[in-house]
Amino acid sequence: MAFIEARDLVKTYSPKGSPEVRALDGLTLEVEKGSVTALLGPNGAGKTTTVKALTTLIKPDSGSAFIDGVDVFAEPQAIRRMIGASGQYAAVDQNLTGFENLVMVGRLYHLGARVARQRATELIELFDLVEAQNRTVKGYSGGMRRRIDLAGALVIRPPVLFLDEPTTGLDPRSRIGLWEVIEQLVNDGTTVLLTTQYLEEADRLADSISVIDNGRVIAKGTADELKASVGGLRVAVTVVDETQIDAARDILTRFGTGESAVLNGRTLVVPVQEGPVALAAIVSAAATKGIGLHDAGMRRPTLDDVFLQLTGHAAETEDSETESAA
Amino acid sequence: MSTTLKPIPGNAVSRFVSDGAVTTWRNLMKIIRVPEILLFSLIQPIMFVLLFTYVFGAAVVIPGSDYTSFLMAGIFAQTVVFGSTYSGSAMAQDLKDGIIDRFRTLPMSGAAVLVGRTTGDLVINTLSMLVMMGTGLLVGWRVKSSPLEFLAGVAILLLFAYAFSWVMAFLGMSVKSPEVINNASFLILFPLTFISNAFVPSENLPTPLRVFAEWNPVSALVQSARELFGNVPPGTVAGDAWPAQNPIATVLLGVAVLLIVFVPLSIRKFATISR
Ligand SMILES: Nc1ncnc2c1ncn2[C@@H]1O[C@H](COP(=O)(O)OP(=O)(O)O)[C@@H](O)[C@H]1O
Ligand SMILES: [Mg+2]
Repeated sequence: MAFIEARDLVKTYSPKGSPEVRALDGLTLEVEKGSVTALLGPNGAGKTTTVKALTTLIKPDSGSAFIDGVDVFAEPQAIRRMIGASGQYAAVDQNLTGFENLVMVGRLYHLGARVARQRATELIELFDLVEAQNRTVKGYSGGMRRRIDLAGALVIRPPVLFLDEPTTGLDPRSRIGLWEVIEQLVNDGTTVLLTTQYLEEADRLADSISVIDNGRVIAKGTADELKASVGGLRVAVTVVDETQIDAARDILTRFGTGESAVLNGRTLVVPVQEGPVALAAIVSAAATKGIGLHDAGMRRPTLDDVFLQLTGHAAETEDSETESAA
Repeated sequence: MSTTLKPIPGNAVSRFVSDGAVTTWRNLMKIIRVPEILLFSLIQPIMFVLLFTYVFGAAVVIPGSDYTSFLMAGIFAQTVVFGSTYSGSAMAQDLKDGIIDRFRTLPMSGAAVLVGRTTGDLVINTLSMLVMMGTGLLVGWRVKSSPLEFLAGVAILLLFAYAFSWVMAFLGMSVKSPEVINNASFLILFPLTFISNAFVPSENLPTPLRVFAEWNPVSALVQSARELFGNVPPGTVAGDAWPAQNPIATVLLGVAVLLIVFVPLSIRKFATISR
């Protein structure tokens, strides 16, 4: 049995006045001990629901989950003694200082007052919050709150760590800082399950990536395997005039190695063999046919491309969810 | 691998006590950091005592009693009932802030969070009682019973407040936002406290309202406090309804029922909610 193992998780929500939502639709997941696994998926894919189920916050309608052989849904208290969790939105007490928040978490893990304070001091330093430690969290920036929340997940140095979109809303510097903290934890042997909307983040941190959509895992592998599975470079063009989109599509299909697809309105993308050659050919063919282009370029496969390929629809990645708790 | 920190030895009882202490501490820290909460919960009863005494006191004639003596039990009851709604809005706020999600991923007692909540609010309610009593004494209110009866009167008010806090905590976990609790409790509790014997003798009310008032649990609470403080105007005839005849028994029974129903219900609810 894998260290973390979830089988056939199903969770439905029936919000009043709207159709039933299958947040998890038979999700199955395995995480090896000491590895980092990323759950990669767009908004609404079921990432948070998965993390909530595995951190004992919700019970699924059906399915099973074990962490280190312990049944998550039958023995939630035993699970809570071995996990650290940081949800998608910072879960901190606004009226306590950063330091007090961490001491409180330590006391609720029953560490004893002295150890709880000692550990809070260490974490405050690790997350670069020394200056702010004695101010109430109310006055913290979104990024600082996020860091206190993450520090709360590390209080007992848990063998298993769940991080739901840990870097969403962080500025680039904090994001890299956090990646380094996570890498350090993994070097120390912590098993991490994190979720992200960014292929780049999964790429940097994860040993294994599970791509999820509509409540199920639709692909898994290393970052390289996933990228390879959707082919190499892409050429993307944006037409000036939307009525010319079909003509442009014909050109892309002619010079590409696979199906071309409309990304959003006027942007088209196609996998290609030799990037520069294909790009030049596409641009000149468009010019010959009198198709005006706003933009044309090459890029590596992105989450969008993985999604396009795997699901046939574009990923609706939203960056607007940042700084939520602010 | 760096070693995971282990909990200090303890049993279920010591853990429960420790978790309850930590969460009560956190609730009281909020009172210290946001003093407006306490300030308003103290100023409002003072304002009520003064407004009722000087605005209505001149107009409402209570045979055999001055209005202030009659009024105080009513104000006490109204204040603790409204004070308990704070348990509801605070739970709803904690849920919204996600701190409950944090608690629920920790190996702590969920019941302790609720005990911490209701106990912390009992502390606030006790403080506002003390302030009201001081204000009452200043405007001429006097306790005309034995010290023991007086203490029993205070106890029954606080007991009811405590039980009602559990009801509100449950409701606080059942709504989508703290505002819902504030608005709904105003809409429900305002009529409940006013269509009672809290501010005017209920025998003077039109029949439908009088019947409502006689069965209203708030009336029983007011009447209990009034009796125990020795503030019942002489010659008052209690209504025919059983609660009006047996106010103290009604309150004690009500407290027992509320606790038996809402303590387990709230604990179960807590174990499943998530933001
Ligand atoms: N409490 C809830 N009530 C109703 N629908 C929900 C609830 N929580 C999640 N959902 C729905 O379940 C789906 C999966 O949500 P979620 O797990 O939050 O996705 P993600 O974290 O990947 O963005 C979405 O369609 C979302 O709207
Ligand atoms: Mg999410």
